Formats: sequence, C-alpha cells, structure tokens
Amino acid sequence: MGKEIFRKYGIPVPEGYVVEKSADVKEYKKPVVVKSQILLGGRGKSGGIKFAKSQAELKGAAEELLGAKIRGLTVTKVLVEDMVNIKKEYYVSFALNRSERSPMLIASASGGVEIESVPHSEIFTRKIDPLLGYSDFIGREATKFMKLDKNIAAQFRDILGKLYRVFSEEDCELVEINPLMETAEGQLIAADAKVVMDSDSFFRHKDINITDPEKTPLELEAQSKGYAFVELDGNIGVIANGAGLTMATLDALTLHKGKPRNFLDLGGTDNVEIVAQAFDLVLKANPKAILVNIFGGVTKGDTVANGIVEAKKRFSITKPIVVRLSGVHEEEGRKILKDAGIDSFPTMMEAIKAVVKVAGEAQ
Amino acid sequence: MTVLVDKNTKVIVQGITGHQGSFHAGEMLKFGTRIVAGTSPGKGGTKFQDKVPIVDSVSEAMAFEPDATMISVAAPFVRDAAFEAIDNGLKLVYILTEKVPFHDSMEIVHEAKLRGITVMGPNGPGITVPGECKIGIMPNQIFRQGDVAVASRSGTLTYEIVDHITRSGLGESAVIGLGGDPVVGLTYIDVLKLFEADERTKKIVLVGEIGGNNEELAAKYIKEHVKKKVVAYITGRSAPPGKRMGHAGAIIEKGVGTAESKIKAFEEAGVKVAEFPDDVPGLLK
Repeated sequence: MGKEIFRKYGIPVPEGYVVEKSADVKEYKKPVVVKSQILLGGRGKSGGIKFAKSQAELKGAAEELLGAKIRGLTVTKVLVEDMVNIKKEYYVSFALNRSERSPMLIASASGGVEIESVPHSEIFTRKIDPLLGYSDFIGREATKFMKLDKNIAAQFRDILGKLYRVFSEEDCELVEINPLMETAEGQLIAADAKVVMDSDSFFRHKDINITDPEKTPLELEAQSKGYAFVELDGNIGVIANGAGLTMATLDALTLHKGKPRNFLDLGGTDNVEIVAQAFDLVLKANPKAILVNIFGGVTKGDTVANGIVEAKKRFSITKPIVVRLSGVHEEEGRKILKDAGIDSFPTMMEAIKAVVKVAGEAQ
Repeated sequence: MTVLVDKNTKVIVQGITGHQGSFHAGEMLKFGTRIVAGTSPGKGGTKFQDKVPIVDSVSEAMAFEPDATMISVAAPFVRDAAFEAIDNGLKLVYILTEKVPFHDSMEIVHEAKLRGITVMGPNGPGITVPGECKIGIMPNQIFRQGDVAVASRSGTLTYEIVDHITRSGLGESAVIGLGGDPVVGLTYIDVLKLFEADERTKKIVLVGEIGGNNEELAAKYIKEHVKKKVVAYITGRSAPPGKRMGHAGAIIEKGVGTAESKIKAFEEAGVKVAEFPDDVPGLLK
C-alpha cells in the first residue's frame, strides 16, 4: 500500500511486514506496533492499532485484530512495525488545488493530528508550478517557516523531493505523511502514508488494484461497468445524462417531494447496450418507479429510446417508467417510445411531476 | 469579435474520423462553423464528407490557417494532441474528451497560459455563439441569437437552461462550458471577464454546482467587477455529504462546497439564484 510505494521511492518508513495469519508473525526482537490494514482513517481511535512488548503480546495482538470488524470492515491483514521513539511529529502533503489548477505543498511542524485542526499560522502552504515541479528552493522556504534545525531540514527537503516524485509519477491527487516522525536518534521517518491516485490515470498504472471502502456493493458494481452511480435512500430510480443534469434532476425531484433512489449518469454515450445495462443497475436498487431524463447531445434521443425499449423487454419491467427526451434526435426517440407504448415528455418538470405522482401511487 | 469565436473563426478537428469527432464535426458544419481541416494520423489525403480535407498532423493543417481546434481523441492521447495544437500556435484549444488524467491537464493548461492560448475543457461541451460559430457538442437547435451569455461547468444542464432561455423568447450571445474534469482551462472569472467585455452580452447566467469554492470566488468577482445583470443556478442542493456526484469536483467535504454556501455568496453579490432550471428566464426579465 502507501508505504510500499514510499519504499520504492526511497522515503524512509519503519521496518515491518504484513501477515494474514497470527501464526505467521516473526520472532519478537524489539517493541512493535500491530496495525490493522484497512482503508480507513482514524483506525487508532477505533481500536485497530495495538502495541506489543513481548512475543506473547505480539501474537495476541495479531490474533485479536485479524478477523475483527472495524467500522464495518473485516480486518484480513495486519502490519507489524518496529516501534519508533518519537521526539516530534510533522505534517507534509502534496495535493491538487482545483481552483489553482496546480499542486499545493502543505507542511507543518504540528503533525500527528488532523491538519484541519492546526491553526493557519502554523501551516506552510505553497502553490507548485506543474511545469517547474518541486525544486529545493521550495523546501528551503518550508523548512525556514517550520524552524527546523539543519540536520532535520536536510532530511525534510530530501523527503519532499521524493514525495513530489510519488505525487507526479504515480498520478496522485494526494500524497500525505502524517505523522512524519522525528526519532530520538534524529531521523525522519514516515510513520503513516496516504496515497490517493487519480482514477482517470489507471490506464497507465495497470498494476493498481482498486477498492473503495466508502462505496456500497451496488456502487462498486456500477463503477466496474463504467457508470457514475450513487445510492440514495428514496424510491424513485433515476437515469440521466451528464453529472450536472443528473444532479439537477435529483434536486428538482426533492423539491417536488419526490425521493430519489440513486444518481446515475449515463455519460456521453451512443450505445444502446449502455442504456439497457443502466436499467439493470437501477432495478437492483428496487425503486417504485424509474425516471429517465435525457437532454441529447453526445447521447442521442433515438439511442436512449432503443435502450429503454430493449431494457423493458429484456428485464420484463412492469414498474412505471417516465421518460423525458430533448435535444439531438428527440423526435426520432419519442416516436420509438410511442411505438413501444411508453409515454415521454418534452420537458423535465412535466416528467418530474409525473414520476412523483406514479411513485406515490405505486405499492 | 464576439466571445472568443465568430463567423470568421477557422477550426480544425483533431480526431475527425473517430465516432465522436465525425458526428460532431458534421453537426458543427450544419451549424455553419468553418471547419477548414481535420486530422487523423495515417488517413491524410482523404476528405471528410467529401469537402473537409483530412491531414496527418496539425503541422500540415496549419496550411489552412486555423485559429482553433476541437480535440476528440481518447483520454490517453489528449496530452499529445493538446501539445501538438499548442506547439503549432493555435489560439483556442477545446478538449471534448472526458476523464483526462489531471496531471496531463495541469501541464496543458499551464503551458497554454504561458503562450496566451485559451483552453476549454477537458470534459466540457465547448462554446457556441449563435449566428456565428459553434465549437463543441451542444445541440444546434436549442439556440437563438440574443443578449444572454451562459457559463457552466456541465454539458447537459447547460442545454437544459439554454433551452428554457430560448423557449421564453430570449436568446444567447455566447454559451461556454468550462468542463467537469478536476482540472480545466477556464474559470468562471475568466469567462465573466469575457462576458463583461462583450458588446452583445447584456445579461449573464452562471450555472454552478456543489464542491470546491469556484462559485464563491465568482460571486466575489461579480460584486467587485461585473456591472451586467447576473443570474445563477446551483445544482446539488439535494446531494448528501461525502458522495461524489459524477463530476470530479461535485462533492461536499467537511461542510465545504455546499449549495447553501454558494447560494448565499451569490445572493450577497446581488445575484438572483433560480430554484429550478426553468426559473432562469423569469429572473432575467
């Protein structure tokens, strides 16, 4: 995970190893930390981290954590790491700043806590020109601000350079070390590693295995099929095109006292099968009625209409389907729907009102 | 010239033989856009729709003296295509493609800025100036020439709002989509500057969405610098925190980027905020 990537780039991390069975822990030599390997922050607070000062404690900690449930997730792996004598904790990260269209360096001498809780006056932030990248002068600005002594400052700048390489070469949205520990022996070491990659770059990082603990099983299924899909807690299934229009559809439904079951953005598609498969996902969420809201551009009205007709047949849909079609090929699309006995509306508001009504009537 | 483009703007399409590229190049020709050439490496020497010359590279396309390009190639090839356009000195680079790695987009956007080149997108619908020129994928039939300029992060929601403006009897002076990818070329402030300077534009519609603080920055700019009437619509009011609503930026994190905050910022800047897309024309009148 994060630390393996750090190791690859030469960022110092504590010595350690991962086990899946408590029987696999190595012989105890010095105090260790046993950390459950889950993709969640705050695992320390949730009891996911144990300390061990003997062979028995080490084995016991691994036994206790493996198979335990932490915030709903089962621990299948634990990391056994040398305990470090902490003198001080720092914070450092590179992250995308969207409005600046640039990476930002954030660093603070007050690490080990959430950076949001650190006073602004103690945080160094600096925009990085992506064409120039990170250079040592930026590190000198940061270490001066943080008032680091010469030895620590030199190590800090070395880590900054390597961390920026991770950010850039691994296509990251965020790389964060919190805490970056200064040991009693005067060494900087990354006690935690957070690496969030840009999912749009996965085509050039084929070795990446994606999991997202925040997503529901249906959301993960949708993601694997290429749909932007979010489960909500209402009863009206929604299929629309474009993230903005899909969000506006949910807003309008909600303001009309309708309760959306999901967000599903078809994206720009010109493929009947993509439309039909979207119905499969929405049907699995078991809504009372389905609203399709399409403003055709890249996505053409006749393609969507054919997809709806195909889905109705293939999945034997009996639930009410309310369709709104506008834009490119809307006339052709509406005719296809009419021939198949499906009503469609030219405006979003008519369709919203109609679907709220039928969802209220449906049992 | 009107906003960024007019009827004299000469356009090339990079990736003109692809599925999207060919369809939208055809629609742009119907709109009246002057497409002077298309590129498709290896297919040079042929013609698109028997009239638009196809060449192998942007360098060859420069013989037709283009001003702008539409890039419609797969995401892994966008960086190369955009650099090719920038290196050849095209002044307006529109990227249709979505899900471009943002590290690539950062380089494209910053290099373009150094050279005074405008980048639209990635993942936006492009620009339309009714009666003059369309570069992008907006449906042709929803426009009418008028004095309302529209800027939005999204595609289809823009069409929805433009459609309401046109049906109400008003018309548009320019419609620009910034793009839904994490890093895009234009900001609301860039576009507000263009709209404020444009003689045809009398009123402005900003379509915003949850996430980030671009709408708040725009509201501040409007308060200080924009004299024309501005109306806004914000989408994502019903979105639960922590869930990314399709667009890369559309997520409420730690209470930042909520619809309430954006609506409040606009109202404090004297901008009326529509509750539904079809309320926009009423607020413009």
